[in-house]
Amino acid sequence: MSKHTLSVLVENKPGVLARITALFSRRGFNIDSLAVGVTEHPEISRITIVVNVIEDLPLEQVTKQLNKLVNVLKIVELESGSAVQRELVLVKVRADNETRSQIVEIVQLFRAKTVDVSPEAVTIEATGGSDKLSAMLKMLEPYGIKELVQSGTIAIGRGARSITDRSLRALDRSA
Amino acid sequence: MPMTEQATGAHHPQPRPRSGGHQSAPEHVTGAQSLIRSLEEVGADTVFGIPGGAILPAYDPLMDSTRVRHVLVRHEQGAGHAATGYAQATGKVGVCMATSGPGATNLVTPIADAHMDSVPMVAITGQVASKAIGTDAFQEADIVGITMPITKHNFLVTKAEDIPRVIAQAFHIAATGRPGPVLVDIAKDALQAKTTFSWPPTMDLPGYRPVTKPHAKQIREAAKLITQAKRPVLYVGGGVIKAGATAELKVLAELTGAPVTTTLMALGAFPDSHPLHVGMPGMHGAVTAVTALQKADLIVALGARFDDRVTGKLDSFAPYAKIVHADIDPAEIGKNRAADVPIVGDAREVVADLVQAVQKEHAEGRQGDYSAWWHDLNRWRETYPLGYDQPDNGSLSPQQVIERIGQLAPEGTIFAAGVGQHQMWAAHYVQYEKPATWLNSGGAGTMGYAVPAAMGAKAGAPGQTVWAIDGDGCFQMTNQELTTCALNNIPIKVAIINNGALGMVRQWQTLFYNQRYSNTVLHSGPDADGKQPSAGTRVPDFVKLSEAMGCYAIRCESPDDLDKVIEEANSINDRPVVVDFIVHEDAMVWPMVAAGTSNDEIMAARDVRPDFGDNEDD
Repeated sequence: MSKHTLSVLVENKPGVLARITALFSRRGFNIDSLAVGVTEHPEISRITIVVNVIEDLPLEQVTKQLNKLVNVLKIVELESGSAVQRELVLVKVRADNETRSQIVEIVQLFRAKTVDVSPEAVTIEATGGSDKLSAMLKMLEPYGIKELVQSGTIAIGRGARSITDRSLRALDRSA
Repeated sequence: MPMTEQATGAHHPQPRPRSGGHQSAPEHVTGAQSLIRSLEEVGADTVFGIPGGAILPAYDPLMDSTRVRHVLVRHEQGAGHAATGYAQATGKVGVCMATSGPGATNLVTPIADAHMDSVPMVAITGQVASKAIGTDAFQEADIVGITMPITKHNFLVTKAEDIPRVIAQAFHIAATGRPGPVLVDIAKDALQAKTTFSWPPTMDLPGYRPVTKPHAKQIREAAKLITQAKRPVLYVGGGVIKAGATAELKVLAELTGAPVTTTLMALGAFPDSHPLHVGMPGMHGAVTAVTALQKADLIVALGARFDDRVTGKLDSFAPYAKIVHADIDPAEIGKNRAADVPIVGDAREVVADLVQAVQKEHAEGRQGDYSAWWHDLNRWRETYPLGYDQPDNGSLSPQQVIERIGQLAPEGTIFAAGVGQHQMWAAHYVQYEKPATWLNSGGAGTMGYAVPAAMGAKAGAPGQTVWAIDGDGCFQMTNQELTTCALNNIPIKVAIINNGALGMVRQWQTLFYNQRYSNTVLHSGPDADGKQPSAGTRVPDFVKLSEAMGCYAIRCESPDDLDKVIEEANSINDRPVVVDFIVHEDAMVWPMVAAGTSNDEIMAARDVRPDFGDNEDD
């Protein structure tokens, strides 16, 4: 099993996400995480998919099948060395007068933020790569995690080049 | 020699996008009128369908159209298969139409069938009014959601002004690249709304760019492998017929001298009578074709997809072969078998470019020597020809019936088969010399395909004789379309190969389930002696049933009457003809590779394992 991050540029139309997720389950591919949002161009959405690839189902098959979807404009694999990858986590941790300061210290160590405080709990917001976030959650676990919500990974390539440029030109041509 | 349309004289089936055309002045119309005008403009001359509530607005202007003929079928499944039959016989996009809910869901099977066999088809369905979508309204079904995995693409239209653009895009997507079915679901209020119509609309498909021109370097590499090989095979799939590449294929085969095997989907892509043709590969393929692939050192796959029915157990398929894999769909390349030389492109361009590249190799003094290979191939061909035994009780042999239908058929006859034993016999014992003369459900294996597909083919090619070779099981699934044929002057001919059983399943029960015939006896044959467990009741009586549907119907039970009956059927062209051939029930399809085993284990006949001279003690 190996993880790969795919950035998929799609037409911003109803049903496109359903087409993509249905394709994954139909072809027996595993989605590890999924994040969808708009781009600098309102007609294009960007879907970041972290795929778990089993050896006999190569990543190439995943991208080729995705490419066949009419609403898919472009697929780029973002390698961890040459891309910035981030997740967002919001976590509610049990805290009393005794433990609160220890928790806040952990928050500072991981450059996270405390976004809500109540007598029994603190809510923490943290962003980062999955390694950093899981390290932080491991530290928080002994205090008691009451609730956890995590976003899918989003990623962008390093350097000046943009993966949307050429897809935008394709959109302009067809308009 | 440039392989252009001029060179081969063949019309390319894929429509080219219009260029530089002026848009017509806008006409004030309803959405429904806009739909029918769009169908006229894309050249849809025949639509198979049934009206109902949500699609009703479209049927009003359809009544007035002089350019679109609507054939009122008896079941939406029939409309779908008719559209596929029409498409495969004519090379044009087949069109079917149905209402929302159950009308649309009845199209699901033929859409899945077209998807598996890459048949260009547009299905138009009515949908409940856009405000009612999602409310579980009367006759509402999410047909776009349902058909997402079985269409090349699909659309939900809720605005009248989108209709011309979506119809143009649907036909473009269905016909280009790897062809396939496209569904257009149109909300009732969009059909009723006022709008304007002008043609051609501007297409908006930024994510759809099929690659048709193959990469020159890959072509050179493939040509090199062809001339270096000692045991090459051209493995030809349905893509060659869809691309209209059969003339080019003949040139390539004769230029190289390599053997050609045509898959079930490609019968007719290369003449069966040609000396380079070694037969059909696969589970029920010819011994020579199956063995040629197993022993090959080079397989050149053209528009074929290494389907499991061809490869058998994949990891023991063609163990010595390098693979050149050419397909218009990049996702097919490397999906089942890794390719040494992948080529993405339209089969016609690929084969034409290969011809030139091989010519160049020859000009530079490099030519393949396949004489030892042909020595082996010819020996297998002589030792293990296709064949069958006559039943010893004087009853009709199904293989002989099909063989004689093929031999007595007029020039240019189109054959459509259902799925099962009769399909395999029709693949083996009819000689296919030209493309688009063999229609069948290859990938999906849809029983009941033959009658409606033959209807569609005959509607599209009224000048050609169309024979449906059907089984008694298949026939009972879709025979109601004979009524449609009788009422709409679509005089097809149907041969029911009636063995009173679900024959292929029965064959597996004979071979793998200790002759325990669980639920495969249909009793549609005659009551022979009352002792056999499968004795017939002649229920239904296919002759009476067919007569009731407006057909001329005959029964044939003896080999002595065979030719007379077929000739009589061939002579009647003013209405559909059905012949109930009562054949003996124990005939089996051979050769056979048992499911899940290696193609090396092919059996030429029951308990007959071919001897390829490769055993150590030989």
